[in-house]
Amino acid sequence: MALEMNVEMKNSDDLLKVEGICKSFGKMLAVNQCSLEVSKGTITALIGPNGAGKTTLFNLISGFHKPDTGKVFLKGDRIDGLRPDKIFHKGLIRTFQISRELEKMTLLENLMLVPGQQEGEIIWNAWFRPWRVRAQEKQVKERALETLRFVELFHLKDEYAGNLSTGQKRLLEIARTMMADPEIVLLDEPGAGVNPTLMNKLIGYIHQLNGRGITFLIVEHNMELVMTICDPIIVMNAGSILTQGTPPQIRNDERVINAYLGD
Amino acid sequence: MDLSGLFSYFVFFLVIVSVYGLLSLGLNIQWGYTKLFNIGIAGFFAVGAYTSAILTTPPAMDRVGGFNMPFLPALVIAVLLSGFIAFLIGIPTLKLKEDYLAIATIGIAETIRLFFNNEAWLANGVRGVSGIPRPFQHYITFNYNLFYLLLMVVFVIGVYLAIEKALKSPWGRVLKAIGEDETVTQAMGKNIIRYKMESLVLGSMIMGMAGSLYAHFIQFISPEVFVPMSATFLVWVMLIAGGSGSNKGALLGALVIWGLWSLTDLITNVVPVDYAVKAGAFRVIAIAIFLEVILLVRPQGILGEKSVMKAAKKQEQE
Repeated sequence: MALEMNVEMKNSDDLLKVEGICKSFGKMLAVNQCSLEVSKGTITALIGPNGAGKTTLFNLISGFHKPDTGKVFLKGDRIDGLRPDKIFHKGLIRTFQISRELEKMTLLENLMLVPGQQEGEIIWNAWFRPWRVRAQEKQVKERALETLRFVELFHLKDEYAGNLSTGQKRLLEIARTMMADPEIVLLDEPGAGVNPTLMNKLIGYIHQLNGRGITFLIVEHNMELVMTICDPIIVMNAGSILTQGTPPQIRNDERVINAYLGD
Repeated sequence: MDLSGLFSYFVFFLVIVSVYGLLSLGLNIQWGYTKLFNIGIAGFFAVGAYTSAILTTPPAMDRVGGFNMPFLPALVIAVLLSGFIAFLIGIPTLKLKEDYLAIATIGIAETIRLFFNNEAWLANGVRGVSGIPRPFQHYITFNYNLFYLLLMVVFVIGVYLAIEKALKSPWGRVLKAIGEDETVTQAMGKNIIRYKMESLVLGSMIMGMAGSLYAHFIQFISPEVFVPMSATFLVWVMLIAGGSGSNKGALLGALVIWGLWSLTDLITNVVPVDYAVKAGAFRVIAIAIFLEVILLVRPQGILGEKSVMKAAKKQEQE
């Protein structure tokens, strides 16, 4: 059934494609023969019970783990085995299950770190081409401030990220992903620990960014968020893909109800 | 001690503070920013000192060299060689967790010291290398030590400004981010191995420079100078006490800790001979107590990073 679904949903617009990926830690098989596709422009959800292998799959896609077998393609290019920073430069950025802001750096610094190919990141340029570094820094700063305005954190631009609330840290993560100009964003539980008001904000931002052409793959336990904005939804269980489909299909799938959603 | 003696002592004292200031600045790039746990400072210090000594001394029958090379080219070679050794250490260790770098650096530093100690053909073994020329000595008509102090001040200010410039640039921002969270920094597209290597090499080059400048000032080096206590751990105390992450703190730490170290030396010199060995241990205890007090009163060091101070303040309020 899962295989049929996969074939059904195969699309020439596949931005991200995972083929038969496996990963073991010792004797534990964390991800077992997973295959999925994420089409360009979609907000795809990856759901499943705790321990299903969702975060491990994120780590495999984003280069933080090397798969034992299987392949990962981004825009048709194979990316499995590449370093995370190389995958980032191919247009994929990820967040983490627990917010990992750079807490001793200000919000502005957190954002200014993100853009790639900065002149001043080469020490030689910092010493011998300071005018070029300054000019680019000015542009990066303006963009970072604009992004902070977008996520309504502008007033905290000089605050240390470690002093933010859990919800504000989630917004900072969204801001960081925006600074990267990504093609696809992997969000790992963006709604965890977030109050309903902020959740609505988050949903709004994800929608807006998706409207700008950014594709999302989201791991989330908050079914309201998933069912509201995600389509399709991929369900994992015990390291494998259980099924995938539209929100109504998933909501009524007996296997999903038994494995994850419950009555 | 008369006034001129006191002045000479003070000048000598400040030259040594400048040498330690350079070591501390080098460590600040590595630890203060990038959190690279280098406990082999003595090794890079020794490489810089011995390279300069071998290259600039006149030919000797009982060891390699010397090559009678002028001061500045020898200094450049000493700096580059220290950086190259750091590069070689970095290749296998920087991909691993920080403990491995610590083990590798202390191991290499001790190996370097023992190598110079046992291989007499290289640098005269335990007897050391003497007669290391003093740079520009023929041109100096006034107090040479005072001239050397001015030379050291030029080097310290030059290094300070260069690394301030680098650390305040996006390059420094990446180092700071790596020091905080390597995983996130890598997820933000930064090649963390490259930056860690640059940090390790640059810091070690500065340590090599300190070694070279020390050798030319003292004019004699032997393996005994490069023992971990005085050439590694004292530098760590300087940085931690002065304020890790702050270049000004690194320099202030060098001044304060070397001041304390020298003061305890003066005290131990006046105790009866029977107590001399115990008095030596007292110096180490005094430094340890001072560090404890600093860490209790100002955990971030005397001029520690603002963000740490703020975090500490926040904790207090909670």
